[in-house]
Amino acid sequence: MELILNPWPWYISGPLIALIMALLLYFGKTFGMSSNLRTMCAIGGAGKYSNFFKMNWRDYSWNLIVVFGAIIGGFIAVQFLSNGSGTNLNPTTISELETLGFLNAGKTLVPNELFNLDAMLSLKGLSLLIIGGLLVGFGTRYAGGCTSGHAITGLSSLQRPSLIAVIGFFIGGLVMANLLFPIIF
Amino acid sequence: MKFLKFLLVGIVFGIVLVKSEAVSWYRIYEMFRFQSFHMYGIIGTAIASGIIFLQLSKRGYIKSLNGAEIYVEKKERGFTRYIVGGTIFGLGWAMIGACPGPMYILLGTGVYSMLIVIAAAIVGTFIYGILKEKLPH
Repeated sequence: MELILNPWPWYISGPLIALIMALLLYFGKTFGMSSNLRTMCAIGGAGKYSNFFKMNWRDYSWNLIVVFGAIIGGFIAVQFLSNGSGTNLNPTTISELETLGFLNAGKTLVPNELFNLDAMLSLKGLSLLIIGGLLVGFGTRYAGGCTSGHAITGLSSLQRPSLIAVIGFFIGGLVMANLLFPIIF
Repeated sequence: MKFLKFLLVGIVFGIVLVKSEAVSWYRIYEMFRFQSFHMYGIIGTAIASGIIFLQLSKRGYIKSLNGAEIYVEKKERGFTRYIVGGTIFGLGWAMIGACPGPMYILLGTGVYSMLIVIAAAIVGTFIYGILKEKLPH
């Protein structure tokens, strides 16, 4: 039981993520979480504004069910399958984040400084959440996929476009974490 | 019920990503600072396992539920959209520490401010749909 309650090691987690991809392919679908954002646009009537959203969203409702399940899975994992042990971060990371103003790194899944109610109600905090979301939503559709579609499915099927996209993911991520974070925080 | 299997896959996905700490904002930061092997280990073993699965499928050892060939659709050829779109995505990924799957999963763990991120991501996708024809691909 302790084995389940503690965080799972990477060599167990990675193959399990591949299993999710395999199951969806086995069911005749694909593993791509960002497609849901487009589906939700279509449901909201975005087809009136762009042909990109003129689709029969009911064909994609299975993917919304996956999302709904993922939300439940997140709930189950923290409520019943965790012992609150926190994330075992590199001490360098912890002290570095402290100088950026993030205290208690690793005690929670996300920093309170960015995601708690106070942050949400501050202009800077709210702007960061919105800008981050916009970048992810815009970037993923422009690139034609996200971590699940490109990094996992695309690279597993040895596709060059996905390799280019993943290189892009890393360029953006490295610029943000290394160059922009010290300016923003 | 035909949707039950998708619900179960989603639940397992949510549990795996929380227990693996892949939904942790800190793990993403650590990855982009090259201060931990954890995320590289996860992504690396996921891809390695995925390659094995898809190669076995390609050779006909594994068929889909209805007996058809397991097939991953080919991405369109191109460069600009992948490198530029990917970079924009990466900027956001590092900033909020969550890609589209974890956004929802974190909502389930009780990070309600993710609703704002999800709403913004939907708007971002909408903006792409509007600008699609004008963007280089």
